[in-house]
Amino acid sequence: MQLDIKEVEELAKTLYVRALKLLPPDIKRGFERLQAQETDATGRAVLDTMVQNIAVAERTRNLLCQDTGIPIYNITVGKNVEFDGVAMKEAIRRGCARATTEHPLRSSVVHPVTRKNEQTSCGIGVPIINVEFDGRDETVEIEMIPKGSGSENGSFLQMLIPADGVKAVKRFVIDKVIECGGRVCPPTIVGVGIGGTSDLCMHIAKVAATRPLGTTCSDPEGARIEAELSEAVNELGIGPQGLGGRSTSFRVHVEVAATHITMNPVAVNIQCHSARRANAVITPGGIDFK
Amino acid sequence: MTHHVLETPVTEAQVRALKVGDTVTLEKTLFGIRDGTLIAMFDKGRRTTFDLSGHALLHTAPNVRKVPVTNQSPTGYAPLCIGTTTSQRMERFTKPLMEQYGARIIVGKGGMGAATLAAFRDLGGAYLAVIGGAAALETTWIEDIEAVDMDDLHPESLWRFRIKGFGPLLVTMDSHGSSTYDRVQDEAKARRAKILAGLGAAD
Repeated sequence: MQLDIKEVEELAKTLYVRALKLLPPDIKRGFERLQAQETDATGRAVLDTMVQNIAVAERTRNLLCQDTGIPIYNITVGKNVEFDGVAMKEAIRRGCARATTEHPLRSSVVHPVTRKNEQTSCGIGVPIINVEFDGRDETVEIEMIPKGSGSENGSFLQMLIPADGVKAVKRFVIDKVIECGGRVCPPTIVGVGIGGTSDLCMHIAKVAATRPLGTTCSDPEGARIEAELSEAVNELGIGPQGLGGRSTSFRVHVEVAATHITMNPVAVNIQCHSARRANAVITPGGIDFK
Repeated sequence: MTHHVLETPVTEAQVRALKVGDTVTLEKTLFGIRDGTLIAMFDKGRRTTFDLSGHALLHTAPNVRKVPVTNQSPTGYAPLCIGTTTSQRMERFTKPLMEQYGARIIVGKGGMGAATLAAFRDLGGAYLAVIGGAAALETTWIEDIEAVDMDDLHPESLWRFRIKGFGPLLVTMDSHGSSTYDRVQDEAKARRAKILAGLGAAD
């Protein structure tokens, strides 16, 4: 299969807008689960308003949240795909800018020093484009994640040491969830990275935070820790929007990577309740939106 | 637990009557402000031409569409999606906003800290929580963009919105020293030791 660059540009544009307007089904089911379990009156009222907002966004075809986020594109290229990688990245950048100017969307991206906004959602290194490879035949998947800043500011890295053990990793996660309180727009998905180098640890925390609800860590030790921490964070009483209640998080997600004999890094990256994500799969048969 | 309908601007007495746990619906006028606007005003010496005295300020930067200037859209902007950003980053600006401009109400999400609570107590103010991330709903409470100042900072301009039935909002910080966020934080910290022990991760 030859990857059509024009098609990639159109998808980069379409997926940005779709992600901002339509919440994925797994997150909607997550809300139903929290609504059924929430016992705090304020917490219930806040969850009800969030669910009402999802319906209003669909009915009025409006954005779920004002924050158009930092645009992230995750590209997964399968087997027997011919593509020009440089042209693909340029096409994604053009599609991202076109979504911003043509819809229009608020450009939330600025130069980090001058704070100048190009009004295109693009800048140095942004949109973030990650390219991975998998074994699917003649398939390219594009995932678009508009990562909101309220939750992205809830990002932390600690280079713990082996003597601190896994208990320090768990303590770090609990303490960061307390510290963030309502600022990260709970109920959240708490993404936790364990291991790797500092940059890999942060990256897998983001992978964890943006993984669909209902998926579990492929590593059994990671899966055990995510189950334990998922229970624990909802005992804190922070609740939806930090106003009290059981529903602090939909789930804690953990991803692990091998690390050095001297290292024990842990990272936290949080996803807000507007856990937006849109995917499209390109095959010789056409485009399938997931 | 009283519901208040407040038409802005409000008086000090009206805002001091608000207590944590009360609900509020705002009417008439609401200003939109955020990081870039506040840094320009208080770190770079710019002044707004808007009269913020007695007014409510929403922590926001909206999605807007450029339209022809008409009576309905005097700024040339139509609202597309207007929501709320995390307030805590703007903590050091609450007191000068109240002292220098007479602002009375902050509408935001996630709550603010000790400096803001002290300013509310000393000068007469309150924080009203809107549900963060529920911007599609919030947008239905906004009728129009009436005016915009410092638009070179776009989208972090200073916006004046005409609103109708903006709420219900929850009073979560008041002028009597009470903060829902402090209470929830204290409770979470009190539960921490038991939770860590359950994880085999006690200090």
